[in-house]
Amino acid sequence: MLISTENIQYSHPGQAPLSFPDIHLKANEALLVLGKSGSGKTTLLNILGGLLKPHSGSVSIDGVALSSLEGSNLDLFRGKNIGIVFQKPHLLAPLTVEENLQMAHYFSKKKGQEINRLLDELGIGEKSKSRVQNLSEGEAQRVSIARALVNSPKLILADEPTSSLDDENTFKVLNLLQTQAKKIGAALIIVTHDQRVKDHIPQFIEVKGA
Amino acid sequence: MNLFRLSWKYLTFRPPSTGLNVILLALGLAIITVLLLVQDQFENKMTKDAEGIDLVVGAKGSPLQLILSGVYHIDFPTGNIPLEEAKKLSRSRLIKNIIPLALGDNYKGYRIVGTNHDYLGLFEAQFDQGKVWEQPYEVVVGATVALREGLKVGDTFESSHGISVGSHDHEHDYQVTGILAPSGNVIDRLVLTSIETVWYTHEEESESEDEKDHAQLHQEVSKTGFPEGDEAKEVTSLLIQYRSPMAAVQLPRMINSGTSMQAASPTFEMARLFELLGIGVSLLQGLAFVLIGISGLGIFIALYNSLKERKYDLAILRAIGASRGQLVFLIFLEGIMLTSIGALVGILLGHSFLAVIISQNEQGVAASLDAWIFLKGELWILVYALGVGILASLIPAWSAYQTSIAKQLTKS
Repeated sequence: MLISTENIQYSHPGQAPLSFPDIHLKANEALLVLGKSGSGKTTLLNILGGLLKPHSGSVSIDGVALSSLEGSNLDLFRGKNIGIVFQKPHLLAPLTVEENLQMAHYFSKKKGQEINRLLDELGIGEKSKSRVQNLSEGEAQRVSIARALVNSPKLILADEPTSSLDDENTFKVLNLLQTQAKKIGAALIIVTHDQRVKDHIPQFIEVKGA
Repeated sequence: MNLFRLSWKYLTFRPPSTGLNVILLALGLAIITVLLLVQDQFENKMTKDAEGIDLVVGAKGSPLQLILSGVYHIDFPTGNIPLEEAKKLSRSRLIKNIIPLALGDNYKGYRIVGTNHDYLGLFEAQFDQGKVWEQPYEVVVGATVALREGLKVGDTFESSHGISVGSHDHEHDYQVTGILAPSGNVIDRLVLTSIETVWYTHEEESESEDEKDHAQLHQEVSKTGFPEGDEAKEVTSLLIQYRSPMAAVQLPRMINSGTSMQAASPTFEMARLFELLGIGVSLLQGLAFVLIGISGLGIFIALYNSLKERKYDLAILRAIGASRGQLVFLIFLEGIMLTSIGALVGILLGHSFLAVIISQNEQGVAASLDAWIFLKGELWILVYALGVGILASLIPAWSAYQTSIAKQLTKS
């Protein structure tokens, strides 16, 4: 198993505790996490990415229990092994596209993939020297996908990557995520409430909320 | 990519208001730089110029004025004293050495000082070219005068009456017999000659050309002590070296109460002057620190505001592997870079200010300052600036440390 979770529970202050179904996923597999908005999908994703500590239960990635890592070790582990695509691209505005990806290499202390080849594959090769502000929304989204992929992580987490896209672009982005994940042999988890995604990825779990 | 470059990118990405804060900081630090430079060089120069002079004697008036005109050649002299009285004083057993000075003329604003060869000895002056004066109207020029006015040995020039530029010209030509090597002393800015030269120049005014005794113009001048002169002759001031510490107690009192002259001690008068200037210096220093304080606050506010906008960016950096420590370092780096730029600009600005002041003031005291000397004290300016940068970054860095990535990223 590349990623497996057991009895994860989390409670936001002043709210009933959330419990999440267990996840067991191998490399090269893809999984959807479905659920209504507010059901705690993003919370689960944050827990899987080591951005949030669960109150109980455990997450282990590639045999390493996240709870055993602390502070900068956890940050470094995340940088090396987990690529996260957020709802919004959140690119660093003072930097160019290429520099945004270089930051990922720098912080993870990992050589990772060759940046220009990756950008070419995502169809934004000619944008590598552009300023982030000059990108269209779709381009920015692809750059943020490239950033998640550039360190060849073992696990790719995507949070509503298609929510603001039309059918055609949704299909493209999903395709991109799946082919790239396969290429680097990573497990892919997509959190979404977008029903269109279900047609592409058969395996799913549902988060029911509190 | 590394943290320094990232920090630099954010720095150059900032709104122009940040630049304003840096300029404010630079101004504050520039004032401190100028104060440091001027204070250091002035005090150095003042002590150097007065070395070996225990007492200055001149006409009654302001003692400070007597010191400024007699030792530093800045202010106007208090008047003249009769040669006879000066000679009488020189016979005192309390005095080891006495050097008479006669002022009254200038060459393009540089003072012509009539004295004897002991004056050169006092400053241990070295000749760059030529030799010392031996006959009337022969002069030795200081290094600065020679450089600025392009004088060489053998050149002749006319002097002007009075000790500042713009007065009427005398008719007799002076001849340059020697040029002094630069010494960093007051003599760099002087034209030195014999007392006889000064006397004859002024006698020409009253006597007509025909009556003048041409023979005396070719006599040797006196090389030490006082020149021969009749009762009407005067000198401007006397520089005195004591024979014993006892003289410091007795001599000034004797001169001030027993003669028509006054005596002033350079050390004492300069200490008084620095005390007076000290108030102005503290005032400027205060202003500089207020400027630095305000700019520190401005930089803090700028960092804090930009941090609010950048919490997403920081969360993203964490998501791609940056540790809390690295983020804190990033924020500090930014504050420190900002203030270091301020410090470098400030130091440069300070030196440029001084260079401008010096170029505006060619004959005055400021002219003898050097704008491009770098002092150890300037390192403190860098330290101040770093301190301001660290202080201004403390709270923003703490808040960066506290930022929860998950919360930040799910907030829309």
